[in-house]
Amino acid sequence: MPKLKIEDLARIRDQARRSTLLREGAGRVKIIVHLGTCGIAAGGRNIMAAVLRELEERNLEDVLVSTSGCAGLCSREPMMTVEVLGQAPVKYVDLTEGKVREIFAEHIVGGRIAERYALAVGSERAM
Amino acid sequence: MPYRVHCMVCAGTGCVSNRSLDVREALEREIRKRGLQEEIQVVTTGCNGFCAVGPLMVVQPDGIFYQQLTPKDIPYLVEEHFIKGRPAQKLMYTPPEAPSPIPRMSDIPFFKHQRLIALRNRGLIDPEKIEDYIARDGYQALVKALTRMTPEQIIEEITRSGLRGRGGAGFPTGVKWRKVREASGEPKYIICNGDEGDPGAFMDRSIFESDPHSVIEGMLIGARAIGARHGVVYIRNEYPLALERIQIAIQQAREYGLLGENILDSGLDFDISVTRGAGAFVCGEETALIASVEGRLGDPRARPPYPSEYGLWGKPTCINNVETWANVPPIIMHGADWYSQIGTERSKGTKVFSLVGKVRNTGLVEVPMGITLRELIYDIGGGIPGDKKFKAVQTGGPSGGCIPAGMMDQPIEYVAPDGKREARDYLDLPIDYESLTDVGSMMGSGGLVVMDEDTCMVDVARYFLAFTQDESCGACTPCREGTKLMLDILNRIVEGHGTMDDLRALEEIGWVVKQTSLCGLGKTAPNPVLTTIKYFRDEYVAHIEAHKCPARVCRELNTYRIDPVICVERGHGCGVCRRECPEKAIFGEKNQPHRIDPALCKKCGVCVDVCHFNAVIVE
Ligand SMILES: Cc1cc2nc3c(=O)[nH]c(=O)nc-3n(C[C@H](O)[C@H](O)[C@H](O)COP(=O)(O)O)c2cc1C
Ligand code: SF4
Ligand code: SF4
Ligand code: FES
Repeated sequence: MPKLKIEDLARIRDQARRSTLLREGAGRVKIIVHLGTCGIAAGGRNIMAAVLRELEERNLEDVLVSTSGCAGLCSREPMMTVEVLGQAPVKYVDLTEGKVREIFAEHIVGGRIAERYALAVGSERAM
Repeated sequence: MPYRVHCMVCAGTGCVSNRSLDVREALEREIRKRGLQEEIQVVTTGCNGFCAVGPLMVVQPDGIFYQQLTPKDIPYLVEEHFIKGRPAQKLMYTPPEAPSPIPRMSDIPFFKHQRLIALRNRGLIDPEKIEDYIARDGYQALVKALTRMTPEQIIEEITRSGLRGRGGAGFPTGVKWRKVREASGEPKYIICNGDEGDPGAFMDRSIFESDPHSVIEGMLIGARAIGARHGVVYIRNEYPLALERIQIAIQQAREYGLLGENILDSGLDFDISVTRGAGAFVCGEETALIASVEGRLGDPRARPPYPSEYGLWGKPTCINNVETWANVPPIIMHGADWYSQIGTERSKGTKVFSLVGKVRNTGLVEVPMGITLRELIYDIGGGIPGDKKFKAVQTGGPSGGCIPAGMMDQPIEYVAPDGKREARDYLDLPIDYESLTDVGSMMGSGGLVVMDEDTCMVDVARYFLAFTQDESCGACTPCREGTKLMLDILNRIVEGHGTMDDLRALEEIGWVVKQTSLCGLGKTAPNPVLTTIKYFRDEYVAHIEAHKCPARVCRELNTYRIDPVICVERGHGCGVCRRECPEKAIFGEKNQPHRIDPALCKKCGVCVDVCHFNAVIVE
């Protein structure tokens, strides 16, 4: 192990921060993949894999991914909700891996809602 | 690929003894079985604090808190939470009076009122990975101290922050650092006091276990400030996990060049060695500790000279407590102004307490100085279990005292920060170094034992005195002989042979031991006795004059009898007590009232435990 310089310390911090940020529950964007029985049956797990792949490839550090159960709209699965900090959550429906890629480019990185895939902006409040 | 979920499994000493490592193993197995190992990471952390409900795990990023886990729960948990995406309610925590479980850790009252500075990384990092510490801005305070601050400025910052020693006495840390810096003699040494021998205390152990690098970074900053090249971490041999984690951390810091020569190219040379303590309480006292590090018998010596002038190997030595060191990096990082706005007028920052005894939520808490006992015991601690009445709280461990609940009609005078005086119920007294001393107790290292109506205060005093008496090193007469005399008297009183003269003698000897002992052990050992006599004199008198223990704890003083009505009507004279009594002191026939022969009864209490109908009455 080579001796650290001050810049190395900052580099290690930035690399390792992605994981600890997730543990702090802090992030600019939160993606919720709906993985109820219906979501899984409709291919939700592949959507989850695609989301994780995008995160990896784009090296996004401020995006949290979590899962939820059935959103009550089984016919439109697979679904995911994208929530940019300070904005209303957006539900995307009838997803494919290709659509996930586009949503990442436009909404999560670009900041414009990919309206053609969005079901509705806003959602009912849980709890 | 990044993980989407982190399972933070507690592997603090409490959870490990409840088999949290088996839970972790089951979790890892199940995750592999379900093919989720690319998505879900299992992280082992130090003590989360809420030991009462361990083994526990927090699932991030959502902060879902699972408790009292067993390996059997894991398949269900994985299926529900990670496959179906709905957190498993039945494994969550439900407070006693609450209608439903609380999913998120941050919403649980035990955590809500805490403020984490010394324990800032607890539950968030793997203590065996230096990268995890670095990710949370670890060693950035060191960078600041090395590149942008002179030693003078560091000391000034620590002084202005108001940080005081967390090892018991509360001495201002910046003042101590300056003394050592200005003392003549080279080399200078730094010591981290991790002896922590008070029964029931586990604050320092937990810092080592959950965040060892915070201590190392604090010591590095201290080394730059006072000009030391060598540091010693003193830690009990009985704390194997803490020992292992600090050793791993030191090794990693060395590999990264954060310990050793020319650290971060700054010209600072500093390294740390570990000394294992043999586990005597008196070895926590600074002069005894230094003797023990030097390989001599761990006996205290008279001060002055203080270690700041004449310490390890006769050189100027800065000795601070574990928690004190862990507070240093955040102060340097965020500044004295930030730190000093937390707390009270004379006690700044936070304090870690181990909350134990008759309180629902036992565990480790870090709270701002100035929090009230009421908030600690009721809001965080969840109050007293059962329908029992709150009786007293003991602070400061064997050196501290008991503060009674029944001071409602004798409010104590509280001097507000602005100098205004007001009368307050002591439960609403802001806790800090001074206020605890004012009521005859002390902060000590942060042990907090809650007692209810079933606690006998004479017995408590005897328990602590038996501890200090046993731990007295014997070097000075008042402590050696005085504590022995006091313990003899207390033993007589709990056995029902005490006299009122004994009680007077107890107080007198107590004051002599306090005033004439050589070291802090003897100077404080009488505190539990003196405060209980002061606040619970009635109980002592009841033991002496009525031969009764009001809390029915002191076995010798109890008498046992069987309520004939309950025995027949509810128990139908079942006779369990008669069969189980080791002294054959119980007589009776089936369906008839049973009776205890007081001449034969040896007061063992077995009959009380075995009677299903609560027919045996203790008086
Ligand atoms: C009997 C006795 C036991 C002590 N045990 C400890 C201990 O376990 N840990 C500790 O930090 N200080 C302990 N102290 C206090 C130390 O002597 C010393 O004041 C302290 O380590 C200084 O560090 P601080 O200024 O950061 O509190 C003990 C003192 C006495 C008299
Ligand atoms: S006060 Fe007690 S522990 Fe301290 S030196 Fe004297 S005998 Fe030893
Ligand atoms: S207290 Fe023990 S000895 Fe006495 S009656 Fe009960 S069981 Fe027998
Ligand atoms: S050891 Fe797990 S919460 Fe304390």
